[in-house]
Amino acid sequence: MRKATLFAGLVAGFSTFAFNAAQAVEIEYWQYVFDTRVKAMDQLITEFQKANPGITVKQVTFPYADYQTRVIAANMAGNGPDVMQLFYGWLDKFVAGGLLAPLPKDAFPQAKIESEFFPIVKAMKRGDDYYGLPTAVRSLALFYNKKLFTEAGLDPNSPPKTLDEYVAAAQKIAKRDASGNLIVEGSTLDMAGQDHQWWREVLIRQFGGVPYTDNDQKVAYNSEAGIKALKFYTSLQLEKKIGAAGFMDEGQAAFRGGKAGMTIDGTFRLGAFKSIKDFEWGVTELPANAQGVRSNYASYFANGISAKAKGEKLEASKKFLAYITSPAAMDIWLKTVGELPALRSAALTETNLKDPIYAPFLKGLEYAHTTLFMDEQGQRQNAIDMANRVLLQGQSVEDSIKQAAAAEQEIIDAAKP
Amino acid sequence: MAAIEQQGAASGRPGGSRGTSFGDRFSMRTRRLVWVWSFLALPILFYAIIRFYPTFQAFYLSFTNWDLLRPAKFIGFANYIKLFKDPQFWKVFKNTFTYLIIGTPISLVTAFTIAFFLDRVRFMHSFIRALYFLPFLTTAAAMAWVWRWFYQPPPIGVINDVFSMLGIPQQPFIRSTDQALFSIMVTAIWAGLGFQIIIFMAGLRAIPGTFYEAARIDGLGEWAILRKITLPLLKPTTVFLVVFSSIGFLRIFDQVYNMTTNDPGGPLGSTKPLVLMIYQTAFNSYAMGYAAAQTVVLFTILLIVSLLQLWILREKK
Repeated sequence: MRKATLFAGLVAGFSTFAFNAAQAVEIEYWQYVFDTRVKAMDQLITEFQKANPGITVKQVTFPYADYQTRVIAANMAGNGPDVMQLFYGWLDKFVAGGLLAPLPKDAFPQAKIESEFFPIVKAMKRGDDYYGLPTAVRSLALFYNKKLFTEAGLDPNSPPKTLDEYVAAAQKIAKRDASGNLIVEGSTLDMAGQDHQWWREVLIRQFGGVPYTDNDQKVAYNSEAGIKALKFYTSLQLEKKIGAAGFMDEGQAAFRGGKAGMTIDGTFRLGAFKSIKDFEWGVTELPANAQGVRSNYASYFANGISAKAKGEKLEASKKFLAYITSPAAMDIWLKTVGELPALRSAALTETNLKDPIYAPFLKGLEYAHTTLFMDEQGQRQNAIDMANRVLLQGQSVEDSIKQAAAAEQEIIDAAKP
Repeated sequence: MAAIEQQGAASGRPGGSRGTSFGDRFSMRTRRLVWVWSFLALPILFYAIIRFYPTFQAFYLSFTNWDLLRPAKFIGFANYIKLFKDPQFWKVFKNTFTYLIIGTPISLVTAFTIAFFLDRVRFMHSFIRALYFLPFLTTAAAMAWVWRWFYQPPPIGVINDVFSMLGIPQQPFIRSTDQALFSIMVTAIWAGLGFQIIIFMAGLRAIPGTFYEAARIDGLGEWAILRKITLPLLKPTTVFLVVFSSIGFLRIFDQVYNMTTNDPGGPLGSTKPLVLMIYQTAFNSYAMGYAAAQTVVLFTILLIVSLLQLWILREKK
């Protein structure tokens, strides 16, 4: 602890020194290392500094696996960023730890946020305050392999629209060898990938239920809808045999390798799939149920202002945050990273809506839900285990749901600050 | 210590004759001690700061609810009580001991058998020995990923491909709650084999050939020679390897983590060792106090197992 204080003192000393010497404000922006994100941010910083002489922004990055720990540890040492990127699901932890300051209402009026951003931005609101704004958002869609569609006698230009069509198409694509081993999946099954989100926010709702109540603090899927949703999901492997969990190790690997007809994944996968050369692929909205009900899961990394930013640094941070959440910045982000703009006006442009790849994701944003995770990894693990109990151990869907609901409630309660 | 001092005395003599003005034999001794200790001080200081201080800090943390964000609060034995009530802990505890109790004997018997026969092979001896040692030099993460792909179901898993050629039914390996732990254990044994073989062979070479000659003249069979001469004389080597390999299995992490990254320690926690649970508690849930308590338990287990083995395999005089 004494070392931390010493270190903080040292840093404070240095920053005053820097301030006196340069007579300009320097703020630090932190995000995790991801090549295109870092490049996009470099570009944004250059643009911002051109428009705001006197403010310099220093970008600091860490590997994703270390990122949270670094932010938290730096905060203890009193040496954190001024503006930082954070996953929306970390908000409670960061607020409880006093890392983030509420967004100043003069620069970021609530009414404006709520009318201009996609509704999922509400996940950054606690009480009456917003704690961050995203530059870009992510949603899910169904990727499909046009080559496998054609081979199975399906029209590669009309991907499945409903769950029934999805299952039927997948059954036609799935192939087995003489001894019954799966060699091509109709659709991937990978709870550790995005399937847990699909089950939680999409399937449960399509079967007439809700995953949680009370601001996602109370598990509500131990219900008929939850059971039906898990039955549907596990039957894809057990009865309809369109795929198998663990096939080719990961769902996205199977799709990339041309060994899966369809996979559910997010915008963040676009970059990886763009390098596929062996076959053409398309994207479509997640299948609706028989009544036409659709849902989606959206998530995002938001940018927040540190609680330690004061005075001139706070003013500079406000300006910088306003810039990186502006339509111009979102456009740069979309072009460099491939993630969808978080502002409706920037996202729902004619060009984007005509784009065959962006359009399905954008449509999904309109009806997307965002789970307010308390312990994202723990809750994800719980969903993986729930499916595995049915798939590997033959537990009944009812029992598995019951066990999962109780366990997840415990995780949520334990994570409450 | 005595040996070092004697050696020091021997080599110090010429220097002593040059520096007679520094006094008599007794002060020479003191000077040597000062020298020895000033060299020893560096590693001791290093250990104290890098090893012992954090260790004691961990003991303290295990009695707090530190979560990185808020200052640590002393909560007594609450972490330990929670741990002993946690069904996941007992599962992980069982897994860890399965790795230990099954992994250690199998790896040692295999290593000894290979070393025993390799010792008699003259043809390409060094080359074969190098082949066995090679896995030990490879990064655990790289090895784990290769094995992970070996274990895949068809169409990409090599082992299952061979099985289907031989008409053996397909096995789920790391996708099964019954087979996953053993599938991972095999890779861990394979990885450590090279080192154990080298040590066993060094031990075998250290046994004087005259003992064997005498035994053969007396008409002892191969089996009796192995039982009466080789194994007893190899005991110090065996003790070292038992302790070393046990600690390795109790601390198993790389193989498990890298072979199950999608579902760490899975499926359904069937492969999760204690170290992985500690890692997840500390760096996924940020429950540092709870993780520290788990570390203290692991430390205690390691200590007890090591002492127990040393006591069981001690030299009986």
